[in-house]
Amino acid sequence: MHPIIKLVSQRLALGLLLLFGASALIFGLTEALPGDAAQAVLGQSATPEALANLREEMGLNRPALTRYFDWLGGIVQGDLGKSLTNKLDIADSIGKRLGNTLFLASVAAIVSVPLAIFLGLLAVRFRNRWPDKLISAITLTTVSIPEFLIGYVLVYFISVKLGWFSSLAMVNDSMSIGQKLYAVALPAFVLTLVVLAQMMRMTRAAILNLMQSAYIETAELKGLSTFQVIARHAFPNAISPIVNVVMLNLAYLVVGVVVVEVVFVYPGMGQYLVDAVTKRDVPVVLACGVVFAAVYIGLNMVADIVSIVANPRLRHPK
Amino acid sequence: MSDTLLKVRDLKIGATVYPPGEKPHDIEIVHGVSFDLERGKVLGLIGESGAGKSTIGLASMAYGRGGVELTGGEVWVNGRDILKTPHSDIRNLRGGEVAYVSQSAAASFNPAKKIMDQVVEAAVEHKKFSRKEAEGRARELFAKLGLPDPDNIGDRYPHQVSGGQLQRCMTALALCPEPDLVVFDEPTTALDVTTQIDVLMAIKEAIRDTGVAALYITHDLAVVAQVSDDIMVLRMGDTVEYGSTDQIINNPQEEYTQALVSVRSIEHEEKQPTPEPVLSVEGITARYKGLNFDVLHNVNVDLHPGQTLAVVGESGSGKSTLARVITGLLPPRDGEITFAGRKLSSSLAGRSREDLRELQMIYQMADVAMNPRQTVGTIIGRPLEFYFNMRGAEKRKRIIELLDEIELGEKYMDRYPAELSGGQKQRVCIARSLAAKPKMIICDEVTSALDPLVADGILKLLLDLQKIENVAYLFITHDLATVRAISDSIAVMYQGRVVRYGSKSEVLSPPFDDYTDLLLSSVPEMHLGWLEEVVAHRKMESAGN
Repeated sequence: MHPIIKLVSQRLALGLLLLFGASALIFGLTEALPGDAAQAVLGQSATPEALANLREEMGLNRPALTRYFDWLGGIVQGDLGKSLTNKLDIADSIGKRLGNTLFLASVAAIVSVPLAIFLGLLAVRFRNRWPDKLISAITLTTVSIPEFLIGYVLVYFISVKLGWFSSLAMVNDSMSIGQKLYAVALPAFVLTLVVLAQMMRMTRAAILNLMQSAYIETAELKGLSTFQVIARHAFPNAISPIVNVVMLNLAYLVVGVVVVEVVFVYPGMGQYLVDAVTKRDVPVVLACGVVFAAVYIGLNMVADIVSIVANPRLRHPK
Repeated sequence: MSDTLLKVRDLKIGATVYPPGEKPHDIEIVHGVSFDLERGKVLGLIGESGAGKSTIGLASMAYGRGGVELTGGEVWVNGRDILKTPHSDIRNLRGGEVAYVSQSAAASFNPAKKIMDQVVEAAVEHKKFSRKEAEGRARELFAKLGLPDPDNIGDRYPHQVSGGQLQRCMTALALCPEPDLVVFDEPTTALDVTTQIDVLMAIKEAIRDTGVAALYITHDLAVVAQVSDDIMVLRMGDTVEYGSTDQIINNPQEEYTQALVSVRSIEHEEKQPTPEPVLSVEGITARYKGLNFDVLHNVNVDLHPGQTLAVVGESGSGKSTLARVITGLLPPRDGEITFAGRKLSSSLAGRSREDLRELQMIYQMADVAMNPRQTVGTIIGRPLEFYFNMRGAEKRKRIIELLDEIELGEKYMDRYPAELSGGQKQRVCIARSLAAKPKMIICDEVTSALDPLVADGILKLLLDLQKIENVAYLFITHDLATVRAISDSIAVMYQGRVVRYGSKSEVLSPPFDDYTDLLLSSVPEMHLGWLEEVVAHRKMESAGN
């Protein structure tokens, strides 16, 4: 068997195992919290009899392990359970919101990933000169300011004062793609600012590290321009570390989007999760946790696989 | 237009140094060197490390490696002073008019790109040829350089061809854009001797057939004598001697050149085996974890007290693996090791402190074998504490004794490894192993990273110490000149097997087996025309078969 296929299938198997572990952890942790779904439904006024009845009805008296595997079995079949608060099917609600979150994250990613890599290359080209310092200063500043602050500042100046964009990033199915893009422009911009610095700095560091290599000297002695040397000879060897940090940031765009979604009242996963937590809607919290874990593990797995495939020694064995 | 392609006048090169504990400052590393190179001729630049030979070679491309700066003088290429031309013209010069072949092709090829893409890049970039023409030319060069499957080898990645093949690809890379001058920087130094001879011949023929001029940089006078028309001997950034190859080899004027020509003249009389060997390796078969083949097959050798057994072979022959088995780092699959009359445990964990003390090791890379944050005194004192529980004045006295034995002396006690030269570092490593009062020392390529004259000094020291301490050496090397200089018995290894074993006089006397013959005849000899003789001899032999 080709070593790539072997390595990739190993990674896939490991990813599934990890996801399984994550689901157990999420379930276990919510289980460890005081109170349960029955208490959450009945609230403060619950009598012991009513609680016991409801627990019986919801099957909460069964051992945790049985409930875990029931829940897990449901997930595998696409059944995430029903919300306690509005009795709606969680899979349906998440589906729509996950779509919205992914849309926002993709817009931010499509802007930020190429921009970060380009800025990283530019910083290497002008290393220790003013463009490098300017790029570093700006990206470090934006990453150091909390995203909600940037969000509110932008809302104040751009939405309220200038009136260019709406402060509420509402999207729905009836909107055209153009309208949607217009609606998410501000939150996507904030997210871009947040993830830009890390990706740009990793690109810069990874390529600078390679610039000491003998093959870079060979390329310089061929009379190539500095930018050709960086883009043609250094970048292909830097793909692996860059993809890793890009994937971490993409995962952050999906998972860490909570704050930005709340600031801009965007109907995505973050809003949904925050609502569920405030209402103690345990099944929704569990479902969101699993979805986030899946996204995180999935993206990191993609990074691993890209690293494997990008390695010519593995792609073309002797 | 004159025939002079490269004219260097009073070239001065400086660099910024960062000595430990001092402020960075500028020093001059090349002090006014001048020479001429005509079209189609080859000039050999020879010298030890630090002589400035690579730096001068790269100066012909207006390139300074790291913090190196070309501070003065003139470098004329094709009728213009390239130290005064604008940057855009320099780009045309590099890769277009002057090309570079480095010591390590393995590091100089981009691992992520196909060989062909890299070979044709300069030619296409400088618009000398279209991509298609350049590929055709590359294939011709691959064939001329004797590469297997020249039509398709360009589609491979660098890791898919051998070191010797890659070095030829590097030569093709340099010649592809039809440059006027190629700078060869130690192009065969990293290769095995048997591979070196083929690559050397391929380079020589390529130079002759393409009519390109070349600067051939090396530390090996015997090699440069085979390829160059003129030779310039450099030392510490100064010209020592500059003349025709014939004059430099056969009639050197300067003392330093004479020393280089007569290097490796150590005489050592072979000792007779004793009845009781200090080390006896019997039937060792070993393999590395995760591999499904053996790297050592039934190895049997003996080493006698106070004598030297040289284990010689090319890379991959298993000689370093044998050292790992003897030290216990790699437990063998089969076989036994007897040391000082007792059976050694196959694994490191099963050995007593006495076993460890009596069997010491010295490595090829002295600078990574020492803790850079410890002084020489601490480094040498450590085994004294560990094995003999020495403290205070007693330890200090012994350290000074050892420093005297390695001809460094007390003043080196408080220095750090970074303040020592390569040869001095290796001497400290020798003192550290002697501190344990071992019965036997494994020397793994201990002189390979050193310049010939320095290496000679180390070998002499090792022989002197052997007389005083009666210590036995298992001397691992790929260099047959070293073997001749110091061994009492020799084991020739090839593909994990000992193919020839016996006393020095037996092993080095005919009749030879095929491999030993190949190995011995591949060692460059210091006379003109040696390369052609060997190649012609081999052609005749293969025709005879």
